[in-house]
Amino acid sequence: MSKVKGILALCALMTMSIALIGCSGDKAKDSSEIVVGIPQDLEDSLDPHKALAAGTKEILFNVYEGLLKPDSQGNNIPAVAESYTVSEDLMTYTFKLRDGIKFHNGKNVTADDVKYSIDKFAGISDGSEPLVSAFSVIEEVNIIDDKTVDVVLNTPDTDLPTYLAMVSAAIIPKDNENPDTVAIGTGPYKYVSRSPQENVICEAFDDYWGEKANIKNVTFKVESNADSIVMDLLGGSIDFYARLTIDQVKQLNDEFSVYEGTMNLVQALYLNNNVKPFDDVRVRQALSYATDVDEILDITAEGKGTKIGSSMFPAFGKYYDESLSELYPTDIEKAKELLKEAGYENGFNMTITVPSNYQPHIDVAQVLAEQYKKIGVNAEIQLVEWNSWLSDVYTGRDFESTVIGVDASYLAASALLSRFESTAANNFINFKSDAYDKAYNKTLTTADDDERTALYLECEKILADEAANVYIQDLPEYVVLNKKFTGYEFYPLYVQDIAKLKLAE
Amino acid sequence: MNKKLLSNKKLIIGAFLSIIFLIIALVSLIYTPYDPAAMNSSDKFAGISFKHIMGCDNFGRDIFSRVMAGTKITIFIAIGTNIIGLFFGIIIGALTGYYGGILDEILMRFNDAVLAFPSILLALVFLSAFGPGQINVMISLGIVFVPSYARIIRSEYLRIKGLDYVTSAKLMGARNLRIITRHILPNVFPVIFSTVVIGFNNAVLAEAGLSFLGIGVQPPNASLGTLLSDSQSFVFSHPSYTFLTGGFMVLLIVSFSLFSDGFKEYINA
Repeated sequence: MSKVKGILALCALMTMSIALIGCSGDKAKDSSEIVVGIPQDLEDSLDPHKALAAGTKEILFNVYEGLLKPDSQGNNIPAVAESYTVSEDLMTYTFKLRDGIKFHNGKNVTADDVKYSIDKFAGISDGSEPLVSAFSVIEEVNIIDDKTVDVVLNTPDTDLPTYLAMVSAAIIPKDNENPDTVAIGTGPYKYVSRSPQENVICEAFDDYWGEKANIKNVTFKVESNADSIVMDLLGGSIDFYARLTIDQVKQLNDEFSVYEGTMNLVQALYLNNNVKPFDDVRVRQALSYATDVDEILDITAEGKGTKIGSSMFPAFGKYYDESLSELYPTDIEKAKELLKEAGYENGFNMTITVPSNYQPHIDVAQVLAEQYKKIGVNAEIQLVEWNSWLSDVYTGRDFESTVIGVDASYLAASALLSRFESTAANNFINFKSDAYDKAYNKTLTTADDDERTALYLECEKILADEAANVYIQDLPEYVVLNKKFTGYEFYPLYVQDIAKLKLAE
Repeated sequence: MNKKLLSNKKLIIGAFLSIIFLIIALVSLIYTPYDPAAMNSSDKFAGISFKHIMGCDNFGRDIFSRVMAGTKITIFIAIGTNIIGLFFGIIIGALTGYYGGILDEILMRFNDAVLAFPSILLALVFLSAFGPGQINVMISLGIVFVPSYARIIRSEYLRIKGLDYVTSAKLMGARNLRIITRHILPNVFPVIFSTVVIGFNNAVLAEAGLSFLGIGVQPPNASLGTLLSDSQSFVFSHPSYTFLTGGFMVLLIVSFSLFSDGFKEYINA
């Protein structure tokens, strides 16, 4: 039934957007209000420790903060903690909490809240598997005094500050009984209300410890139909949208500023390594050879976008190995040969499941389907609603292949690589390689930075050699902001920092 | 007879245009100017020219080829929908109309209940159960179309079964099945035919609606509805895409409507 509801909401939305075109420009909006278009509702959870979707976390970034938080340069700056020190053996981190920092409900952040939050997201309180596997390095949390907390690790890890800067490591009040539906954090915006499939409303937090948000009211409006985004922008019902295609940008007029960057995503045709025929490495390699990434970029993004060859994108600097993107040059003959060896001389049928609200992924899937015809592979595209994608493909792992972008939730290589360990809870492609497990597990116990980097690069190489997925690109990102506003900043992570936006002079 | 036919402009124009569309659909089975799915990055949004008479879309695919292939899929779905609707409609309508009684009461009340829902909404429910795809669109719409056919056919059976020739056939000892299929059914055909033409139009519209909402025919296949839905994103930057595909669909529906109107007048005159 939820599909039907979605469709009805979509109908309503479409009629609304048409109606809005008719009356645009008549009413001057309250100057300190911005409407941000988002591609999906925050349906998974408002609890930062449970939220799965990158789209949910990028919004929650405005509401929640961890002990530290990332800035737009990729540094970890102090947030709930004012400062921290590390013991010499890299096993104990001591955090000093910021004076007078408050939650949105007006209460002070206490050491108790910090311990509660860390115990919760690291799975210490209930012994569960943490959402982000990196958190399993945390052994225990000790309260030293009102303002001081020790985080003790079970293995030395220099990346802990990066982990703790994630939205998934946010500090939340201990006395909030329903973090799933009531979002209380320490961020620059406080959560006001949410109408399912419609919008999420936030308001600037007056007692914020740092630089306060410039715009008072923010409405995150769900744009579940990709086609209506341009009309809604032109009609004035949304002021900001983060991920548009070049075709959409071209339809806008000069009332909008366009910021160009990269999305910091690993877009790939993710293959379920457990189902036939993708359990055969030769088939996966054949698909990689049959994929012409340059053509994809030409058709879908006028040649923009960065080719990638493994689960890593350029923003990661030293962890990114550019040469891997050339590992499978387009070679139809080679692809056919590999298919023949694997026993699929006459090709096969496959299904590409794509969430219907992400136009860039739909476009790429269409080009892929066309390219695979050349090697006799008949790819059928199945569009599904975002929620069904999340439950069937991502959580349920019931799919053959899917085009999606996987983001890094924190700025350490493990953010992208941990999921391919064969036992990882979020290994949705069922990738299994002993060599990979060995190399990845070694990174966890290696303290030396250069050695670790080498191991991460080895992991990436294994993913590419095994053709775990058909890697495509880090998408170009076009952020569109109504010229009434200014101040947009890109992050090397998948976040939208609304607090930095301000009214144009 | 001929004079009656020639003076019926609606019928002539409608039939003429409908035949053109059917020919386009049939031709697209064996020939389209370009492969409707073939992409070409250098032809992205190519304008209208002799090479591409309707221009190209955002993937550099020839729009006219896609419209041809889309017409084929749309007409195929419309025909399939009517066959399903008609097949079950005739069975239900004939049985309830001929026998009456408790079966009639039960089936017709159920029929009324189904008819109470807007057809597109009901098709949405079926589609979300079956999943998208062109065969599923056909089945869903087919099911939705059954009640209206059943009702029309039932009333015809109800009327004809009281006529003298049916009573005579009964007295001669003809079996019920024979009366239903041999004696009454042929006399219901004129009514069925004009209903089918209207039903065909409704099916074209319903399919376009479902595909426009994104749950009908799936890419890279295209029906006229998906084409319109695709082109919608470019309505400001490349209006010819939307207007040509939309115009094509309007013309298709107008021509079949003219034909069915004209045909009704021809029969009744």
